[in-house]
Amino acid sequence: MVSYPGVDQPPFRLSMLIYDRRYRSLTIQAVVFILVMLAASWLIDNTLRNLAIMGKTFSFDFLFRRAGYDIPQQLIPYNSDDTHLRATIVGLLNTLQVSVLGCIAATVLGVIVGVLRLSSNWLIARLMTVYVEVFRNIPLLLWILVCLAIFTEVMPPPNAYRGENPAASMVLFDLIAPTNRYTAIPSLGMSNPPGTITLGRESLSWALVAYVVVIAAAFLARHLLRRWAQRVQDQTGKRPTTWWINLAFFVVPLLLLTWHFGLHLIPPVLRGFNFAEGINLDNAFVVLWLALTLYTGAFIAEIVRAGIMAVSRGQTEAAFALGLRPRRTMSLVILPQALRVIIPPLISQYLNLTKNSSLAIAVGYMDLRGTLGGTTLNQTGREMECMVLMMGIYLALSLLISGGMNVFNSRVKLKER
Amino acid sequence: MKKSVFFGSVTAVALAATGALAAEGDTLKEVKARGELYCGVNTGLVGFAAPDASGNWSGFDVAFCKALAAAVLGDPAKVKYVPTTGQTRFTALSSGEVDILARNSTWTFQRDTDLKLDFVGVNYYDGQGFMVRKDLGVSSAKELNGATICIQTGTTTELNLADYFKANNMEYQPVNIDSNAEGEQQYMAGACDAYTTDASGLAATRAAFADPENHIILPEIISKEPLGPAVRHGDNNWGDIARWTLYALIAAEEYGVTSANIDELAKSSQNPEVQRLLGTSDDLGKMIGLDAEWARRAIKASGNYGEIFAATIGEQTPIGLARGLNAQWTQGGLMYAMPFR
Repeated sequence: MVSYPGVDQPPFRLSMLIYDRRYRSLTIQAVVFILVMLAASWLIDNTLRNLAIMGKTFSFDFLFRRAGYDIPQQLIPYNSDDTHLRATIVGLLNTLQVSVLGCIAATVLGVIVGVLRLSSNWLIARLMTVYVEVFRNIPLLLWILVCLAIFTEVMPPPNAYRGENPAASMVLFDLIAPTNRYTAIPSLGMSNPPGTITLGRESLSWALVAYVVVIAAAFLARHLLRRWAQRVQDQTGKRPTTWWINLAFFVVPLLLLTWHFGLHLIPPVLRGFNFAEGINLDNAFVVLWLALTLYTGAFIAEIVRAGIMAVSRGQTEAAFALGLRPRRTMSLVILPQALRVIIPPLISQYLNLTKNSSLAIAVGYMDLRGTLGGTTLNQTGREMECMVLMMGIYLALSLLISGGMNVFNSRVKLKER
Repeated sequence: MKKSVFFGSVTAVALAATGALAAEGDTLKEVKARGELYCGVNTGLVGFAAPDASGNWSGFDVAFCKALAAAVLGDPAKVKYVPTTGQTRFTALSSGEVDILARNSTWTFQRDTDLKLDFVGVNYYDGQGFMVRKDLGVSSAKELNGATICIQTGTTTELNLADYFKANNMEYQPVNIDSNAEGEQQYMAGACDAYTTDASGLAATRAAFADPENHIILPEIISKEPLGPAVRHGDNNWGDIARWTLYALIAAEEYGVTSANIDELAKSSQNPEVQRLLGTSDDLGKMIGLDAEWARRAIKASGNYGEIFAATIGEQTPIGLARGLNAQWTQGGLMYAMPFR
């Protein structure tokens, strides 16, 4: 409404809260806000009252009591004398482990399948279509159970590897032993270990630190080399060949480090009931990882395909007309534009995968749901607290992933100047 | 399998959204109004609680549900059996999904106090054991160092196992399973070297195998597992009904009251204790809000404690459990009903 000087505004009356458009939206908002608050307070009040009737209190003290149960899969040292809090952290780390590895594997698989689905090879394109449709349209839980059944029923038990004439034999130069409990893979040993850093009960090998530093340095060197090559190209018009220097940055120091530490593989050996020495990758973990990867990979493949198809054909033709080779066209022209379309739906796939990892209970993988929401909840009987805490942790996790991906998205999205 | 999340959220929502849960003294009224007893049982443990091919539940725990339904509602068939796993059972009870939990649950301090349950008595004195294949060549639990062991999550056995291996300075690798059926499958597939649960549960599981003779239960019993029915804390009258129904079954065996001779004894017995139990003198039923013949109906449902034991898990059944600790106190066992007076 426009106010004119000299014209009197009508005085405010109560009915204007409903009939006057200037105030009506405020009225509605206020009413809805009050209703929402009333509903929330009613819920909270009821909860407290019902807890009081049952004689239960709302307290997180149980987190600091002795857990008393063992967890098969653990990334940090844990035993039954530790607290429920530490059990929760072990579970959270397990969730993170399978989620992160699942996201990486699903992305790799999804990109490959998505690109191959656009291939001009009829057979390959159709095969990829079959994969995508089959995995996308059958519930994830069924895939997890199918994978588990395959692993427990088809793989031999560890004692099949025993004796003179074992029923099963190790694969890949006698290094890997797949069993119906776990896949035994070699572990890494050092004949000249550099010692460890100890932080409380966690310990970190200096060798790992050395490797991380060397790889980071190699990436930096590669970046500098590229800038130098670009400068030479700008000045002379010819790009110097750098791939072998690049390769050397990575290979030579890593080889030197490996030689210095005397890094070698320790193959798993059957001792007593189970394989020892190597690393036993629990089937629960492998199955969950595999199923999550295959399932989410199918969705990501579709997202990648959509992203590539969203870049108009004219872009490719223009790039070819400028004399760019097909590979360069892909990496310099198509992909950067496709990424803008791919990233946002990719975020929700990562979120889905993380949340879907709670189906771990089907295979006995002790993730956050298995520890905090499973055994801890059951042994302490603190349903309310465990549920609230678990929901909070999943929420925080999802927001973190989505926040991180949004930062990445804002870096690749169209820059408007 | 995923029921624990479901029940967990049900509890959370029930706590948050319902007006008031069955408050003190309401369970009896509620069950009578509903005309059906909701009984939480095992998802399937032959001998204790398992449905047959046509879906009829039978077993040691089921018989108690029937007796209670007969005492309260007058009809042993008016029971709805709610299968619960080790993880879901207590949540199911405290959220009001079931009125009573008769599911081989161990009576412990923490469950009785912190979990706000009330155990009404012990219907089976048990202990935790291990089952292994014969060809594993193991004859004692002490030889299980480094073994992979299948264990039901959310049970006392999970905690006992951790304690036992720690006390004996041995290592083990747990495989967490959610129900007895899953444990059976994993054990049969060889995904674990040993399966551990209550010794009675092991016997029942083994009885269901195609080749029970190839499996042995190790001699070590590593814990005390007094199993009994439980109700929600706070509803004392309902707890009394459940407790005395259990005692009625045990007392009936002690006094020689069976499902066969009960009608005759009700007419002719001169034993004052039997008269009080069967409601022919002193109206004990009125004191717990039931009629005079409540105990008579409870005993008639599937017989007295001894009859139930013999028919479901006793030595004549495939499960073949001896009475042992579960014999009457007069026979050197621990079954001892408080006096009906």
